[in-house]
Amino acid sequence: MNAETLGAVRRFLPQIVALFAILAINTAVFPGFLDITVQNDRFYGSLIDILNRGAPVALLAIGMTLVIATKGIDLSVGAVMAICGAVAASGVAGGGSVAMAVTTALVVGVACGAWNGMLVAMLGIQPIVATLILMVAGRGIAQLITEGVILTFNNEGLAFFGSGSIFALPVPVLLWIGMGVLVAFVVRRTALGLLIEAIGVNRRAATLSGVNSHVLLITVYMISGLCAAIAGVIAAADIRGADANNAGLWLELDAILAVVIGGTSLLGGRFTLLGSLIGAMIIQSINTGILSSGFPPEFNLIIKAVIILLILVIQSPALRTFVVFWRGPKEEVFDKEQSAP
Amino acid sequence: MSSEPMLRVENLTKRFPGALALDAVDFSLKAGEVHALLGENGAGKSTLIKCLTGAYRRDSGEIVLDGQPVDPRDTFDAQKLGIGTVYQEVNLLPNLTVAENLFMGRQPLRFGMVDTRSMNRDARQMLAQYGLEIDVARELSAYSVAVQQIVAIARAVDLSGKVLILDEPTASLDAHEVRMVFDIVRSLREKGLGIIFITHFLDQVFEISDRLTVLRNGRLVGTRAIAETERLDLVTMMLGHELSQETREHAAERGGKPETRFRFRGFGRARSIAPFDLDIGRGEVVGMAGLLGSGRTETAEVIFGIRPHDSGSAEMDGAPLALTSPRKAIAAGIGFCPEDRKTDGIVGDLSVRENIILALQARRGWARPLSAREQNTLADRFIKALDIRTSDREKPIKLLSGGNQQKAILARWLATEPQLLILDEPTRGIDVGAHAEIIRLIEDLCAEGMSLLVISSELEELVAYARRIVVLRDRAHVTELGGAEIDTDSIVRAIAADAGTEIGT
Repeated sequence: MNAETLGAVRRFLPQIVALFAILAINTAVFPGFLDITVQNDRFYGSLIDILNRGAPVALLAIGMTLVIATKGIDLSVGAVMAICGAVAASGVAGGGSVAMAVTTALVVGVACGAWNGMLVAMLGIQPIVATLILMVAGRGIAQLITEGVILTFNNEGLAFFGSGSIFALPVPVLLWIGMGVLVAFVVRRTALGLLIEAIGVNRRAATLSGVNSHVLLITVYMISGLCAAIAGVIAAADIRGADANNAGLWLELDAILAVVIGGTSLLGGRFTLLGSLIGAMIIQSINTGILSSGFPPEFNLIIKAVIILLILVIQSPALRTFVVFWRGPKEEVFDKEQSAP
Repeated sequence: MSSEPMLRVENLTKRFPGALALDAVDFSLKAGEVHALLGENGAGKSTLIKCLTGAYRRDSGEIVLDGQPVDPRDTFDAQKLGIGTVYQEVNLLPNLTVAENLFMGRQPLRFGMVDTRSMNRDARQMLAQYGLEIDVARELSAYSVAVQQIVAIARAVDLSGKVLILDEPTASLDAHEVRMVFDIVRSLREKGLGIIFITHFLDQVFEISDRLTVLRNGRLVGTRAIAETERLDLVTMMLGHELSQETREHAAERGGKPETRFRFRGFGRARSIAPFDLDIGRGEVVGMAGLLGSGRTETAEVIFGIRPHDSGSAEMDGAPLALTSPRKAIAAGIGFCPEDRKTDGIVGDLSVRENIILALQARRGWARPLSAREQNTLADRFIKALDIRTSDREKPIKLLSGGNQQKAILARWLATEPQLLILDEPTRGIDVGAHAEIIRLIEDLCAEGMSLLVISSELEELVAYARRIVVLRDRAHVTELGGAEIDTDSIVRAIAADAGTEIGT
């Protein structure tokens, strides 16, 4: 293992430990949890299921990470999923081509993001309020598109995005991993990541240094909209229908949670896409574990809350201070003294 | 003034991992004296103060207060012992009323409820002793920083009453407000309080202190009575070597008009700055002097496009410039180091390297990133050239001292190779050593042909490096001084001319 990989492992140690601990508990409760079989040229098993079911939250977490890095938040992603799912479904239900339906859905998602971005960047509305507007209105728009019913379709082409497989892997898995790699590559190989972090830490100073914060903010919300659109297409394709009321319901909160578990601060600035994706998988492992363990479903939410609380406590700065205190102070103390005026 | 010290510190030592912050320091404070504590950043001033207020526990040494050895465990404990502190950034709650701030944690109660009426009455009485008659029922944030500072002093004196530590209380005040605070400090001295006064402004040290103590690199350099101390001695004590800038008169040629590069005609913005004409030549430093709120910063902001101009025109080398946003100003080759480093300058969580390359990267756009090697070369070059003191270029910039942050912001603009650099109070709140380096840098830059527009309240500084000085008053450019007219007296006269009662408002 080279130094870089080792550094990454160390950085994400709490997340990786949490993920493995949950998988271990799942295996203990449910033997055969780790089994992976091949049927009809496709992998099956609980691990594959986690990767597959976690796709929407993972996709949302990618966009959410960038938004949170700018000190923003995007509450509308769940509603945007519903809109885009409805757009895709109505596209094929109306007899259009799959390519056309999916493209339209993605364009609509990006447009939703642009709307959010404009409210935040141009009008200076607080992100939580600005995106709340679309969060509320979005389901209404989706209902208008589906005309108030669950809009089902019977189009193998579109269903492929939910249940198809390539190289024995489910398509949703490939989509979120591909999107994650693409976005990570773009933000880290260009200066986008640095500029986004600069806006998140100190928007005014960044703007005064010539950073085009308006355009960057809108772009970031557009990426979030695009991710939500892909997630919406997957969700609709999976059930072969667009459910305006339930598609992506509360998923914005899971996405925010995934980002936080992954180690990106809600205060903006430094972000990690890899961390957020691990966070999304942790959340899905909990969901899948609870479902397959056979607990009565009424316990699910509480168990999930307790596990997440544990993870966050382990990561909290307060606990870190305590551990530092316990091990003896580090250099940092003197650095702070140096910076005092 | 009694000769027996009220507070005595002996052999105080404080160790941090890898560094000795205080090395057997002695210090004494008499009742009824103002004792200035001086030293460059990192000299150990804050550490000494924090040991006195209980924020740090000392490793060895004695603190004796009124003949009794004391060991403050925390700031609350120190307050009970009689040691109160007022910090540069006022440590009060801006959204509470003045009276609530004064009586925070000890509000007078009546039937178990806060007795607002008697609290307000007591607060008014308390502030009346300081000659401050304000509505104590209003929120603290409604008042100026100076008034907030006085409220903080009043609270600290009321709580503690023996030793008052003022940690750079005047850093964000204008001249008039400094006088207000100093009058109060003098009256407290007459009441017999011992006052420890930390500041970067040497003039203020000579104005108000009785004695001074200088620390350098955690060691005591010496304690002197002010009456026996020359300004140059003091700077030598602080820096350990004589500072040539302190005494040197501006040597550069003032004669001969350089070719004009930037020409502003009727440039202005309603309610910010009245339209002005301004020429800036190649390699020329133009100074801007005026009181706080006279329109100096507004001029800079209008030129840099932060507040877009609504009248007039600008041109560079005869070609018109569109300066309607910071991005356009930067594209035209203008850079701006703002006055408030913390909110407008540094991007705190990012590294020194990222802060240095930020403006250049922003100008290139996101799609044309500087390679890691280019970034490292740039950062290392400026860290070395400007002597930015940091353990490495990846350290978050917020951990650097003020002077080094300022140099990093300068580096950010120098990396873009600007034609015109606007500096707003480039030496405010930084220590003497970095101060001299920044002045030297300004001189080097204009020798290289860069045009500079420098705003400063330190008139001696402006006299030293500016070829011309624009004087502002009431949001308008009123006079321009050049050549032999440039000296502090004529600047002060120009600022004060016809201003009458408006001075200091």
